[in-house]
Amino acid sequence: MSASKSCPKSWVARHIAPLPKSGIRDFFELVNTMDDVISLGIGEPDFVTPWHIREATMYALNRGFTSYTSNLGDIRLRKAICRVAEEKFGVTYHPENECIVTVGVSEALDIVMRAVLNPGDEVLYHEPCYVSYAPTIAMCHAVPVVVQTHAEYAFVLQDEDLEKAVTPRTRVLLLNYPNNPTGAGLSLEDKRRLADFAVRHDLLVISDEIYEELTYGERSVSIAALPGMKERTVLLNGFSKSYAMTGYRIGYALAEPPIIDAMMKIHQYSMLCASSIAQAAALEALQNGEPPRCEMLAEYKQRRNVIVKRFNDVGLTCFMPRGAFYVFPSIQCMGMDSMAFAKSLLQEQHVAVVPGSAFGRCGEGHVRCSYAASMEEIEEAMRRISSFVQYHMAIGKL
Amino acid sequence: MDNASLKKSIVAILRKNARTPVKEIAERLSITEDRAAELIKALEAEQVIMGYTAIVSDAAYEGEVRAIIEVAVQPERDTGFDTIAEKLSKFPEVQSMYLVSGQYDLRLEIVGHSLQEVASFVAAKLACQDGVKATATYFLLKKYKEAGVQLNKDEKYERLKIVP
Ligand SMILES: Cc1ncc(COP(=O)(O)O)c(C=O)c1O
Repeated sequence: MSASKSCPKSWVARHIAPLPKSGIRDFFELVNTMDDVISLGIGEPDFVTPWHIREATMYALNRGFTSYTSNLGDIRLRKAICRVAEEKFGVTYHPENECIVTVGVSEALDIVMRAVLNPGDEVLYHEPCYVSYAPTIAMCHAVPVVVQTHAEYAFVLQDEDLEKAVTPRTRVLLLNYPNNPTGAGLSLEDKRRLADFAVRHDLLVISDEIYEELTYGERSVSIAALPGMKERTVLLNGFSKSYAMTGYRIGYALAEPPIIDAMMKIHQYSMLCASSIAQAAALEALQNGEPPRCEMLAEYKQRRNVIVKRFNDVGLTCFMPRGAFYVFPSIQCMGMDSMAFAKSLLQEQHVAVVPGSAFGRCGEGHVRCSYAASMEEIEEAMRRISSFVQYHMAIGKL
Repeated sequence: MDNASLKKSIVAILRKNARTPVKEIAERLSITEDRAAELIKALEAEQVIMGYTAIVSDAAYEGEVRAIIEVAVQPERDTGFDTIAEKLSKFPEVQSMYLVSGQYDLRLEIVGHSLQEVASFVAAKLACQDGVKATATYFLLKKYKEAGVQLNKDEKYERLKIVP
């Protein structure tokens, strides 16, 4: 018998044990103990999935479209996705071997990382960012290397920061624009700059463009469409946000055949295929979903205008997002960190926002507010935030 | 945005909710409140916006009887359907009225206090007009949807309160 009685053996793998649980878990628990909370903390559409898509789902069930599909996904859906990629993102992909349908962008991120990363490879990613990036990289025994972005540059990656972070071991540049949590977006010029950087350092770009169809101003082609980029880009997108289909769990990846082939192997053994009825719904979304999508987009845009103005009026500086449904106002003038701000706001005014620190160190000093909430909720939340700020500014001056 | 597209957006906002405050309209479109108010006035003056009403459920129709009436009419040589249509639309019982394609020509929505009142309006006022060839009356029994608003709202699914 060994002497390890006092310290029982851990069965958890060495690279999983140190992974942080989502930084806002205890905050989430706190929110859940209260029942009259107005939440601006919800990163999913407040619209229910458009009716024609739900109806198509039921029709798929009625017809018994409930078996496995091809590992890559139903070919009709892949054809529709490739048509959209050509028309909207400006890149041509072959549905037979350059497209894979996944269980949300979440799965696409996971399997593309597993497909391309060797242990010890470095991945450049920018913060503030979606919470799963660094853990997903770490789960591949690779090294997440953070590059910070800042409000003064509208949270767009800057060349000099990238140059400082890149090393001979860097293999991938992971991008997410329009960005969760900041709402930042890239101009065509920015995309050219980042493409040059990727070519210069011979990097693969993984571009999570899940909010691309929630872009409010001018849109430009995907970074994958720039000269020399298709062969070094994996484009990820999905249906969760732009078609209000989060619970369907459906997304896709587009890339050249060797990468899709490698992703397919992992997907085949771990997932087999994405849900057939969700695929039928996604096909309906692409075929007939343009009018409701545009309607939701127009509504988000107007709410964005309202909430940005209100935050600036209250004195919490907020830059005008180019996409997604988040604003990321600065709370630096309040003299507390973002977690303290979020907790006090919740306890005193029953409004939930997400502390910026949940999205990386440089998210500190900000909170993320989602305007995927009804106008009434936004109005009431902003009234309460205004009282909160006024009260704390007043006692701060005493 | 130019005035024409702003007006279009304002009409869309008011058609969804005619009680949207001017302040909110202004903020939604990133314009000043004064400008928003001016544009609304202009829309009213140009009779693009003709009025504002409430969307109500059947409960608000207590003591009323409503009916759809299809009317086939004889068009006139110079004015087509307009002369007879304008004449019929003057009756206060007629709430709304459209020229439609299909078997009939005019589709009227009528309100009265009782079945008899509506029936006698049809017989004594409508059917006997010169140019009216035939009518068909459909009493309204229950309203499901109006102006894009579903009257029996779906139960709202409770989303998670925090989603990263
Ligand atoms: C940037 C980003 N990527 C990916 C996802 C996951 O999306 P999906 O529902 O397609 O898995 C989210 C969801 O919030 C997100 O914000």
